[in-house]
Amino acid sequence: MNTGLPATQPNQNGADIALIGAFLAVGLLMAIFIAARAVDPLMEVHALMFAAAFAAGGFALGSVIYGGRGASSDVYEFDVVKAGVIASVFWGIAGFLVGVIIAAQLAFPNIFYFDNLGWTNFGRLRPLHTSAVIFAFGGNVLIATSFYVVQRTSRGRLWGGLAPWFVFWGYNLFIVIAATGYLMGVTQSKEYAEPEWYADLWLTIVWVVYLLVFLGTLLKRKEPHIYVANWFYLAFIVTIAMLHIVNNLSMPVSLTGVKSYSLFAGVQDALTQWWYGHNAVGFFLTAGFLAIMYYFIPKRAERPVYSYRLSIIHFWALIFIYIWAGPHHLHYTALPEWAQTLGMTFSIMLWMPSWGGMINGLMTLSGAWDKLRTDPVIRMMVVSVAFYGMSTFEGPLMSIRAVNSLSHYTDWTIGHVHSGALGWVGYISFGALYCLVPWLWKRKELYSKQLVEWHFWISTIGILLYITSMWVSGIMQGLMWRAYNDFGFLEFSFVETVEAMHPYYIIRMLGGLMFLAGAFIMAYNLWRTAKGDIRAKEYVPSQAAAVPAE
Amino acid sequence: MLDRHEFLEKRGLVLTVAILITVAIGGIVEIAPLFYLESTIEKVKGVRPYTPLELAGRNIYVREGCYVCHSQMVRPLRDEVERYGHYSLAAESMYDHPFQWGSKRSGPDLARVGGKYSDSWQRQHLIDPRSVVPESIMPPYKFLDEKPLDYSLVENWLKANRAVGVPYTDEMVENAGADLAAQVDPFSENYDAFMARYPGALVRDFDGDPRRITEMDAIIAYLQVLGTMVDFSTYEPEENYR
Repeated sequence: MNTGLPATQPNQNGADIALIGAFLAVGLLMAIFIAARAVDPLMEVHALMFAAAFAAGGFALGSVIYGGRGASSDVYEFDVVKAGVIASVFWGIAGFLVGVIIAAQLAFPNIFYFDNLGWTNFGRLRPLHTSAVIFAFGGNVLIATSFYVVQRTSRGRLWGGLAPWFVFWGYNLFIVIAATGYLMGVTQSKEYAEPEWYADLWLTIVWVVYLLVFLGTLLKRKEPHIYVANWFYLAFIVTIAMLHIVNNLSMPVSLTGVKSYSLFAGVQDALTQWWYGHNAVGFFLTAGFLAIMYYFIPKRAERPVYSYRLSIIHFWALIFIYIWAGPHHLHYTALPEWAQTLGMTFSIMLWMPSWGGMINGLMTLSGAWDKLRTDPVIRMMVVSVAFYGMSTFEGPLMSIRAVNSLSHYTDWTIGHVHSGALGWVGYISFGALYCLVPWLWKRKELYSKQLVEWHFWISTIGILLYITSMWVSGIMQGLMWRAYNDFGFLEFSFVETVEAMHPYYIIRMLGGLMFLAGAFIMAYNLWRTAKGDIRAKEYVPSQAAAVPAE
Repeated sequence: MLDRHEFLEKRGLVLTVAILITVAIGGIVEIAPLFYLESTIEKVKGVRPYTPLELAGRNIYVREGCYVCHSQMVRPLRDEVERYGHYSLAAESMYDHPFQWGSKRSGPDLARVGGKYSDSWQRQHLIDPRSVVPESIMPPYKFLDEKPLDYSLVENWLKANRAVGVPYTDEMVENAGADLAAQVDPFSENYDAFMARYPGALVRDFDGDPRRITEMDAIIAYLQVLGTMVDFSTYEPEENYR
């Protein structure tokens, strides 16, 4: 594949090179200065990593200048999308692997914890897992697919010359800084927003450029209308910017040190965090991936989106209502009750636009349902939408205060998140990747459909093991916590509830392992597809076997 | 009306602004009032800023990701109040930047763990959780016991907290290093001045090794103060009904 030195249109005026070059130079100087003046060794490490990245960026830029821009006559910039696809697969496997490791730690603490390897403790690896799957895997899928979709549906090349490459490498630098930070103990302890202030600042810069590239491409489109998938991508980019900036406001202890203290405290901080946290789900893991649904399902099924009007209602209702739902993470806490009630009410209302979107996605298959049998890729995406429907029903249910009093703090929440994350986000992403690789590498078809079948069934069984074990363990623990004996005393000590969860933790670990195994099968299949291979001994389901119902 | 959506579909910038307005409303209505409605945080006696040593312990608590498995929020439910103690008040985390309420109890709630166990139990449990609770799934934190506490930046910790609203005085900032050392030594000259600055603080050698100040000292000092600042024998919840 291309090493990161893209072929750009020959008639560019070079402003992008000058800007990025100046930015890298300033960044390099700042990084070296901070490394030299660092008040703690962690900042020194991170500043040096930034410096190395900026220097590498400079070299890459230099080779573009001296090597001359490739005289690519392509209408589209697809090399950056290819890079995004590769990064997605890499981070996906890394994230799932860390997930399996921490699941194993909870199942077998005697085996998977080490006295002298404190950095592998659950508390440090868990943010690594969540960030790797949400931001590294999910983020790269979103960046890659959005760059692909916006070009195709605008019929124009990505705006900004080299800027999309800056977004790609800048975003992945953020991932590396965040991930190494967690292992070294750099965290601000806000869930899904753990990276410290300097990483947050860096992401803000990258994100603004991302918005400019996306919007710039939209504004010079050759299609009169902006396609529905792009509304969702745009809402995802804009809203994540807002959430990220507000939730990460903090006061650094030193401008050359890693530590900072959040601007907000206690109850205000809690609501700001869950306004962020729930909408990281709403806009990162939902709106962005709905955009994938709105492009890749119609494309793969070769059918138009079921209802244009439903898309409009789905879009505006979803983004308006989602923002309010955050307080359901804080039921029965010291958050004022009016805020809890608002959060609960809007969470229940959210069920409707969510299912509107699910119906729009599923019904797009109208007239093409037979493809479920013949095309495992489309089956994967349809099952993904089904998981979306299931978890967006479960979510409102769990947001009801009485239900939440049982489910909160238990594994039920973990199961709920994973039905959305593995089922919805994972499968729609895998579907998009299975579509993209043949398109981008200009191959007629995938290396093997049969391997997609294997991926589909192994991971589906894995997901089911995961969520059912977490339902049982969560509801069981919630009930055990509130169980009373005949004398009116609490029936179980806390640790008895921990002990009771042991078998379910093993099942969960196996489920995760199966999901990981599926991802490995996908990686192999995609690699062979990119190479241009076609699997020789492929079982092809007989077309004659289909007999119409009488 | 849906036909008019064409207007937005043809204008990228207008669409962007419309999205921004749509997603801003919910947050403004829900979050902004918390900063000016007085009823958000009731006034409670006893809540004070953390001592430098407790703050150092809190930094370690954050660094190790304790919040991913331990909540610090007792809900007003019968079983929780019986298991953990009085339900948590908003005021009890008013100096927590950021809050540590947590979202998952893979281990028990810690909002009121202060004073529940002895220092030596806490130390042993942190070093090897399964030596005292065989069914525990908690990771071992032996390294805290071996690592000297680095508090070279302690004054800056207090200053940064003051910048975001914690009422540390100039005196507290100037004496931060001395106060940190004073809290692990009941016989220090600084004892009275320290106690005057942080009324009710626990002063003792938390990790059982008086020769040095370790990260274990700090984390135990933090755990032992959790949930103990408010005296619930004199707390009147009725005064705060709203």
